[in-house]
Amino acid sequence: MSSSEGEGITFDNVGLRYGTEKEVLSDLSFTLHPGSFYFLTGASGAGKTSLLKLLYLAQRPSRGAIRMFGTDVITLPRKRLPSYRRRLGVVFQDFRLVQHLSAFDNVALPLRVSGVRENDLRKPVSDMLEWVGLSHRMDAQPATLSGGEQQRVAIARAVIGRPELLVADEPTGNVDPDMALKLLRLFEALNRLGTTVVVATHDVHLLKKVPSSLIMRLDKGRLSDPTGALRYPPRQNSHSTAAGEQKGGFE
Amino acid sequence: MKKPPTLGRTTARGLIKFRGDRAAQLVPQARLAGPMPWVIAIMISLTVIAAAGGLALSNVVSNARAELAGGATVQILEASPSERNRQADAAEAVLAEHPLVGSTRRVPDEELDALLEPWLGAGAGSEAVPVPALIDVRLRGDVTQQSLGTLRGLLVDAAPSARVDAQSSWLGPVFSALSSLQWLAAALVVLLGLTSAAAVWLAARSALGSNRDTIEIVHLLGGTDVQIARIFERSVGFDATLGGAFGLALGLLAILFLGQQFADLGSGMMAGGGLRWFDWVAIAAIPIIGVVIAMLTARLTVLGALRRML
Ligand SMILES: Nc1ncnc2c1ncn2[C@@H]1O[C@H](COP(=O)(O)OP(=O)(O)O)[C@@H](O)[C@H]1O
Ligand SMILES: [Mg+2]
Repeated sequence: MSSSEGEGITFDNVGLRYGTEKEVLSDLSFTLHPGSFYFLTGASGAGKTSLLKLLYLAQRPSRGAIRMFGTDVITLPRKRLPSYRRRLGVVFQDFRLVQHLSAFDNVALPLRVSGVRENDLRKPVSDMLEWVGLSHRMDAQPATLSGGEQQRVAIARAVIGRPELLVADEPTGNVDPDMALKLLRLFEALNRLGTTVVVATHDVHLLKKVPSSLIMRLDKGRLSDPTGALRYPPRQNSHSTAAGEQKGGFE
Repeated sequence: MKKPPTLGRTTARGLIKFRGDRAAQLVPQARLAGPMPWVIAIMISLTVIAAAGGLALSNVVSNARAELAGGATVQILEASPSERNRQADAAEAVLAEHPLVGSTRRVPDEELDALLEPWLGAGAGSEAVPVPALIDVRLRGDVTQQSLGTLRGLLVDAAPSARVDAQSSWLGPVFSALSSLQWLAAALVVLLGLTSAAAVWLAARSALGSNRDTIEIVHLLGGTDVQIARIFERSVGFDATLGGAFGLALGLLAILFLGQQFADLGSGMMAGGGLRWFDWVAIAAIPIIGVVIAMLTARLTVLGALRRML
């Protein structure tokens, strides 16, 4: 974790409405601190996915400002957004794997998009698939994989480029508790490498599994802050690697 | 849990181009198993055939016009063979000396007999039916009413039984029929061309519609609009090239076959219907235009879809 990457992500009075409906997100003001692990909770329909879409630059807010990695991404010209997207890893709720590509090619996709040479990506991709326990299914197409296996491919694809921010939307939604725990360990491992992690979930049991995590709660589009995660400076969390790094790296 | 694999940051590398075979595999390569190359092949072959027909027809007309433009025919309508011969010789002599006239040619009786044989039967000959003597006259300039008048004046004394006509006036109705046909062919080529363009457009769009998810995924992974458009442009361009080449081959086969048939007819009229080199170039351009339309469609459709995303 280096301080040069450490500007984090700041929302200032952000609101989002779809069309002319009433706002689904209102008055969001917070900072995500680099290297921290966040859970985003809230009932179904509370606006978790909408907030994540703002984070992974798939949606512009209707009002407010968002700074990411030191840049105002709201006023940024559209053609400069791809280079910011490449600094993110996203696990979509519905995986969004390319159906006619093998597991290997799906995981390799972000690297190829970024222009990594074939010789340089073969080993990282194989290693990553091995890490998520899919080295024997590298050539399988998504349709032939189980839900849990697809989820792991999606996660491998999200983390392969070692993103500065990992966003995961209900990544444990469709798997059994053991698998959920296993996937959380992947995120923690990445978090230890310095990646800021945001995991949206409506499963409150999950929150206890990552003791160092900070919790953001959405309720009808408004944010509450039970762990003081969003306070500035954030509450120090003695058993958190992430918070420990923040001391040196961010503050 | 094992230690995670060491990961390198990829973003520092910037926006290097994502292209070539690796990028192309993002689009399922249906190729000849898919409908697109076939739709394009059929439309291109029809357009090629119509265009070749139109060009050949236009060549027939312009060749015939050029040939007939400076031509006049002198008929000696005289029942008595000896008088007919005398007047024909006299007429030819007078005509040959006049500065308006480039050349004259007496159409030999055998040739006339041969021309009439299908109608009058073999051996009917000039005795049974009085056949006029024919003199083909090439003028130095175009045939006008004035030059025809001059010729008539020349022949009043030497060949009182002479009748002078412009060659093109004989074929006036044929020309106007051919002209209509030519317009029809041009309209057909335009309609087929538009339909082909539409077919190519629709085929490219439908190929992209089924890949909308892929477009969105690559977009969200940080692919640039140009990168993504290029991937699809390439894939659609490949299919269109396949279809275009096949369509051109099919069309050329049909043209050559028809050309052979017309050549076998041995009709003087159709002899001018060959295609010149620039006609072939125009025909070869048809599939190329098809490929360009397909690639342009792919590009615009992808860019349009992407522009609707952030
Ligand atoms: N694309 C959209 N267009 C219109 N309304 C939407 C759209 N996406 C989400 N919504 C609405 O926004 C609200 C929040 O949805 P969402 O962000 O998906 O919540 P969550 O992920 O917490 O379940 C819901 O009322 C939903 O119906
Ligand atoms: Mg959701």
